[in-house]
Amino acid sequence: MAAVRLVGTPVRRREDPRLITGRATYVDDVKLVGMVHAAFIRSPYAHAKIVRVDLAKAKAHAGVLAAFSGADLHAAGMTASLPVAHKMPDLKTPPHYPLAVDEVRFVGEAVAVLIANDPYIARDAAELVEVEYDELPIVVEVEKAMAPGAPLVHASLGTNVAYAMPLRAGDPDGAFASADVVVKQRLVNQRLAPVPIETRGVVAQWDAGAGRVTLYSSTQIPHLLRTQLSLILGLPETNVRAIAPEVGGGFGSKLNVYAEEAVAAWLAMRLGRPVKWSETRSECFQAMIHGRDQIADCEIAAKRDGTIVGLRARILANLGAYHQLLTPVIPTLTVLMAPGPYRIANVDLEVTGVFTNTMSTDAYRGAGRPEATYLIERLMDLVARKLGADPADVRRRNFIEPSAFPFTTATGLTYDSGDYAKTMEKALQLADYPGVRARQAALRAEGRYLGIGLSTYVEVCGMGPSAAMPAAGWDSATIRVEPTGSVTVLTGISPHGQGEETTFAQLVADELGVAIDDIAVVHGDTDRVQYGVGTFGSRGTAVGGAALKLAIETIQAKAIKIAAHRWGADPADLEYRDGKIGLRGDPSKAMTTAEAGFLAFMGDQLPPGLEPGLDATRRFEPPNFVYPFGTHVCVVEVDAETGKVSVERYVAVDDCGNVLNPMIVEGQVHGGIAQGMAQALYEEVVYDEYGQLLTGSLMDYAVPRAEQLPHFDLDRTVTPTSVNPLGVKGVGEAGTIGATPAVVNAVLDALAPFGVEHIDMPLRPEKLWKAMGTRSNGKVSV
Amino acid sequence: MIPATFNYFRPHSIEEALLLLRQGEAAKILAGGQSLIPMMKFRVVEPKTLIDLQGVPELAHVMWAGGHCTVGALTTHASLAADADVRRKAGVLWDAANALGDPQVRNLGTIGGACSHADPSADYPAVMLALDACFIVAGEKTREVAAADFFKGTFETALGESEILTKITFDAAAHSAYVKLEHPASHYALVGVAAVLVMSRDTIEDARIAIGGLADAPFRAGGVERRLRGIKGNDGAAIKAACTGAVTGQDVRSDVEASAAYRTAMADVIAARAVGAATRPR
Amino acid sequence: MGRIELEVNGTRHELEGVEPRLLLVHFLRERLALTGTHIGCDTSSCGACTVLLDGKAVKSCTMFALQADGRAVTTIEGIGSSAELHPMQEAFWAQHGLQCGYCTTGMILSAIDLLRRNPDPDEVEIRTGLEGNLCRCTGYENIVKAVRAAAAAMAAAQPVREAGEPPKSPGELLEVGGSR
Repeated sequence: MAAVRLVGTPVRRREDPRLITGRATYVDDVKLVGMVHAAFIRSPYAHAKIVRVDLAKAKAHAGVLAAFSGADLHAAGMTASLPVAHKMPDLKTPPHYPLAVDEVRFVGEAVAVLIANDPYIARDAAELVEVEYDELPIVVEVEKAMAPGAPLVHASLGTNVAYAMPLRAGDPDGAFASADVVVKQRLVNQRLAPVPIETRGVVAQWDAGAGRVTLYSSTQIPHLLRTQLSLILGLPETNVRAIAPEVGGGFGSKLNVYAEEAVAAWLAMRLGRPVKWSETRSECFQAMIHGRDQIADCEIAAKRDGTIVGLRARILANLGAYHQLLTPVIPTLTVLMAPGPYRIANVDLEVTGVFTNTMSTDAYRGAGRPEATYLIERLMDLVARKLGADPADVRRRNFIEPSAFPFTTATGLTYDSGDYAKTMEKALQLADYPGVRARQAALRAEGRYLGIGLSTYVEVCGMGPSAAMPAAGWDSATIRVEPTGSVTVLTGISPHGQGEETTFAQLVADELGVAIDDIAVVHGDTDRVQYGVGTFGSRGTAVGGAALKLAIETIQAKAIKIAAHRWGADPADLEYRDGKIGLRGDPSKAMTTAEAGFLAFMGDQLPPGLEPGLDATRRFEPPNFVYPFGTHVCVVEVDAETGKVSVERYVAVDDCGNVLNPMIVEGQVHGGIAQGMAQALYEEVVYDEYGQLLTGSLMDYAVPRAEQLPHFDLDRTVTPTSVNPLGVKGVGEAGTIGATPAVVNAVLDALAPFGVEHIDMPLRPEKLWKAMGTRSNGKVSV
Repeated sequence: MIPATFNYFRPHSIEEALLLLRQGEAAKILAGGQSLIPMMKFRVVEPKTLIDLQGVPELAHVMWAGGHCTVGALTTHASLAADADVRRKAGVLWDAANALGDPQVRNLGTIGGACSHADPSADYPAVMLALDACFIVAGEKTREVAAADFFKGTFETALGESEILTKITFDAAAHSAYVKLEHPASHYALVGVAAVLVMSRDTIEDARIAIGGLADAPFRAGGVERRLRGIKGNDGAAIKAACTGAVTGQDVRSDVEASAAYRTAMADVIAARAVGAATRPR
Repeated sequence: MGRIELEVNGTRHELEGVEPRLLLVHFLRERLALTGTHIGCDTSSCGACTVLLDGKAVKSCTMFALQADGRAVTTIEGIGSSAELHPMQEAFWAQHGLQCGYCTTGMILSAIDLLRRNPDPDEVEIRTGLEGNLCRCTGYENIVKAVRAAAAAMAAAQPVREAGEPPKSPGELLEVGGSR
């Protein structure tokens, strides 16, 4: 049955038929009897005292059932703060109520909620809510927030600094003193909006008879959400059910516990009616977490031959007004990954997390690692420029060599496996690096500006060992062989586009010899699936898939015992071959997993002491993170008249270890590159000095369209890991991490004739035009 | 995002529409709705009466009589963008119809709606100015308004409260083109330049150059027009020189994406590109 | 309150009590339970709500239901089913042109409209032709592949009318008289 192995082949996704025919069920498609609709009233001010919330007119509007302010929720006993997960002893953690009680701290913070029979009426009634504010001083930028006398986001803390994490190793001062060249550069990772095409949404249902609340939410973490809701609502966890139905993209933004989720559940309990809230895109820009937003003052020290000897970075991370689930943790990953794929023994790093009157930052695809890769990859190019060396040569000289793995970095991480030079050489060859360099020289003579950018990255993912991230490290899988031989897989991860309904079925089909159509992969419902952690940090296959592999092994072991009993053989002489149980030395004996499952169901065919049924639940605790890597090469041309960038060629050679489905892996890389390129060229969340969001819609915030992105040429190398039994590394974030610096390096390479060393992202045409104009032949443009 | 309530009417003639417009409370005309409906959803505009013109199909047409064209106000961008005559005889309009919005917007949006809306970043206003188009306006009595007098400012036109734009007329412009520098998110013009040239063999005899996206309303670049006269159409350097300093004395817009200085400088670049494109056969 | 008569996916519907401000997308999703049409933004930018109106792609969030009176609407549910996929659906599946699936239904309808206007688009024409739809998952790489595959499949199934005709050929697309 499993003569043809599915693992490693581009099996079409089993998710797709329902998606391409419009028959999938996203949260907004959930409709329950008696369902009512919530609308949130949000602050137009970035910082203000709430003087008065008058809900009377809204409540009197026909069709409105109820309305509550933050103070009302408090009075009703809903006083819990939204959760933040961290391991920092000195972290400042101000309260974060689902609805602001006496003060608002960013534009878009919810101050009240109302419930109506119909979403149209809810919107009408929201216009009738009157909130009186007393404006307070505002601080939006981190450096201003750290200055003496700055307005305080949380007056009770006495400071805007939430934490500082220094990390020193080796002898950085000695290294810098003995270096031949030192390059200093301020590098900014601008704030980004995740923009999943499906915004957030919830439907909360209260079963008064059972005393249970069910929350359908567009989330990446249904089980963690259930736990947190039970704490917030004061319900036994068994009385909370979280369901992630079809989820329309997350990218980290739905790896959270949001105010609206808690409030909707509370409202359903309070009103005894199912409550739906569907986020508008405008709300999403204001009140869904943002990503990045770091300013890094960097210094890198090198020998004349290009050997890097030391790295310094002072990183200021804009946390926004409150901690969301992982707000303080994300910037620490930047520090840990600062050395990248290079041997850098001497580091002096520090990250400081700072509160401002803006929406919280948190995990957005790559989460801390794109920032790190951007820093080191920009610095490598700057060193090359300073030394007059080829950027590829400087990288070659500093790569951690393949024989050095496992390699412990100066920042204390242990890279599992890698061959960085291999991906770079392959990428350079695919991009015809020497040929492009020659063309670049020829075009420059014509006044045309071609640029080539490299980025070699290593990232930390497969989140992660519990030692590093308690309660979010492991994941789980259950396999049930049903009496008729079909197989149910329950996975603790919560895929939302990553395709594990297919890849996990491929794995089970191969290993247990079951037709893929007879396998159901179930996820995203805490009542159906054993506790799991979720999908984020490129962990789905590396952790959830590994747990599934363990469950397969347990099923196989039991099936072997059943077959051995049937055959009167010693279990030690039995083995799984091509998905079937066979007897060593006797090719006539064969039993399928389905047959063993049926015997296990009948119960009377089992050896003494063996329980009936053929199922297994296993959990995988990874001993380490995994460290995928790769090299991206980007070729651009900059229009000398307008500053507009055209990406001419994009080559990515990634290594994520073993691959279950190459088609799906490539799709992940494509999407990742698109988001990384978007940071380089197009996207930026901009608040003005009053904390007003200037990029609050898709008319202002430039999520790239098809015509704004190029074709991507992909290739792979395969360097397995021993961290998990599948030998897989994650691939969800790799593209994003690799792409951003490749694009920026390419553009700055193009502008080298103008003496331009650095331009901050996004590389808007105007910035490039200005840079070219001010430095070229004294022709000053602005 | 949900609009406020309103009364909806679908008249079957212009006369009926005008009557509704005069009688209806806070009445607005609905053509393709591609600008109006998003504004209503944000409640930036809250008409109490909405008069849908789709029951007046005679407003959707493109008619050529000799070298003269009449375009009905309800003609969609998509039909202009797919019109071979428009492409050949009024390339500047064809370019804009293809460049604005996106395919879905072009399938519903109309030329009359877009012109009446008068978004300063829209593409048609500059095109109309360069075409020296004439706007036929129905009201108490039918009147004609020259493009130069039609666009008054941001979302502001010469249309009276009880008037409806019914047709736009212009002369063929065989040597014409529209080029824009687009906002990366909205598709709107950071700078859009419409060029209509009168060519004698390969020499530019006369030019009408209109610039949009920069100021509250589109404007003609008189200096550029004068400097272009007598230049050979294939003399790129001379065209560039003529287009330098295209913007003078305008209050140029500035935002996150593009400063006034950049837009001003880009007007020269885009003007030269538009003129270059206009000199080439379509 | 208005009355509306229209055809949706080949079925005639006559409904009373339609509020004038009811957007077509809400009418389809709430009144007709056609939830394959999604909502992704409030500025007519993302294209997730794309449907075909008399065969042409439009954004159903930027149209009132009453404007569709007397017209024919086709939603994703109307172009194919799991048992009988439209060639475009088949191509999106085969080429892995989707991940989370949220933009996909609108993207497929836009792609069908693109092939109506231009049956044999090249890569650049596909990319510009889909400028009304945003996808955050795929980087569009496999969407482009899917549209090319669908164009080939549809051409093979239906003899090309005018071989060698350049794309966007004006004569073929000439539509005097606007949308109605």
